[in-house]
Amino acid sequence: MAEPTDLEDLRRGTDLVKRGFARMQQGGVIMDVVTREQARIAEDVGAVAVMALEAVPADIRKRGGVARMPDPANVEEIIDEVSIPAMGKSRIGHRMEAEILEALGVDMIDESEVLTPADDRYHIDKREFTAPFVCGARNLQEALRRIDEGAAMVRTKGEAGTGDVNQAVHHQRNIKGAIRQLTGMNHEEREKWAREHEAPAHLVHETADMGRLPVVNFAAGGIATPADAALMMYHGCDGIFVGSGVFGAEDPEHMGTAIVDAVNDWDNPEALAKVAGAAGSGMKGESNASLPEEERLQDRGV
Amino acid sequence: MRVGVVGVQGDVAEHVAAVERAGDRRGLNVEGVAVRNAGVVPDCDALTLPGGESTTISRLLHRRDIAPEIVDHTAAGKPLFATCAGLIVVSRDARDNRVETLNLMDVTVDRNAFGRQRDSFEAHLDVTGLDEPFPAVFIRAPTVAEADSDVESLATIDGRPVAVREGPVVGTAFHPELTDDFRLHDLALLDPLTDDS
Repeated sequence: MAEPTDLEDLRRGTDLVKRGFARMQQGGVIMDVVTREQARIAEDVGAVAVMALEAVPADIRKRGGVARMPDPANVEEIIDEVSIPAMGKSRIGHRMEAEILEALGVDMIDESEVLTPADDRYHIDKREFTAPFVCGARNLQEALRRIDEGAAMVRTKGEAGTGDVNQAVHHQRNIKGAIRQLTGMNHEEREKWAREHEAPAHLVHETADMGRLPVVNFAAGGIATPADAALMMYHGCDGIFVGSGVFGAEDPEHMGTAIVDAVNDWDNPEALAKVAGAAGSGMKGESNASLPEEERLQDRGV
Repeated sequence: MRVGVVGVQGDVAEHVAAVERAGDRRGLNVEGVAVRNAGVVPDCDALTLPGGESTTISRLLHRRDIAPEIVDHTAAGKPLFATCAGLIVVSRDARDNRVETLNLMDVTVDRNAFGRQRDSFEAHLDVTGLDEPFPAVFIRAPTVAEADSDVESLATIDGRPVAVREGPVVGTAFHPELTDDFRLHDLALLDPLTDDS
């Protein structure tokens, strides 16, 4: 008979536990939700987690003003409503918003450029938290800086709230392309790459040796249809965040179900055709090309 | 030999890598296959059910008609190793109508039994049949709440079973596939497979 293990002997918040949590989300869809009713729908259609925020990115764009963490009462309602993990967004560099989210019991914190940054020079020191973090990145050097700060998951920034997948594709291609380049380099070339790109050298070597990011890499920003989700899986993402794409669609339940199915069947065009046909029409959206530079969210927090 | 990793959602790649490395270490030619559609399970010698979100996984297993194939697999006495969400999926009852379980083990489980992600942990765990403690990673892990007498408890935390065996099915509340320790893969998959041959 094995010796029983006591609750005092447990180690919490280790890298393995934080990155492991992110690994369990792979092949899944994480949906932005504003209310407990939306959280209920997200779980019912097969989301692996929900992301609590005060307004979906498309509405944040329309509304303007300062975008902050969600109301704690609302976060608690969402946590209570679902059995899947509940995540929450904090402003970039806003350590106290992150601490509040952690105290509420949020399972992962998104230090997100979709909200108004609180610090224009520093991100949160995420290593000090028990809760794991996800951060956005436009390219490999940004991704490695966030991982060095303690991020347990990376996602593309895309251009949130537009319904235009163009920038998410651009960012994912940047990351994958740079990794392919690095794998062909010798030690001194990788060191030089790290210096030139302001990336932590130890993570440059680790990434090059593994041929992929050392943490899970999701797609986010502008994903509005099942075909968009499948496209990001084709580009090598481990899973998908959908912001305005589900609850900005004509029929959120059909769209949510279809995006979940599309992530599973991304490499099966016949199945995708069926899935896409059942989705209903997507959010109207706004082309990236028409966005003035000052309205771009992706340039925040690099 | 062919080990199917039921791969509709979760840490599928980690499971595929783990079964192949576990095989390599014993000089066995083990091919890990991610299973996303019906029709693959019948050709597998053994199966693993990964961690992930049990609500999502159980829903997809039924929608994609893989569920009955898993039931036939264990009915034929072939090994199945289920970790974390996998353990929930193979249980008789998860005490939550959001998860449609496969009833391959006479246990009921409590989901998220230790709490939320901030309560997730690593621990050195004594496991029946292993000489040294196992480095166990628990992530929003379940525990076994009730077990019939034919279910063997292999390890406990705070008095609650976290590794169990019944016939060809082994379930753990933690994630051996996230570590470099393959002793539980041996116990659940490779020992039974090599005994038969």
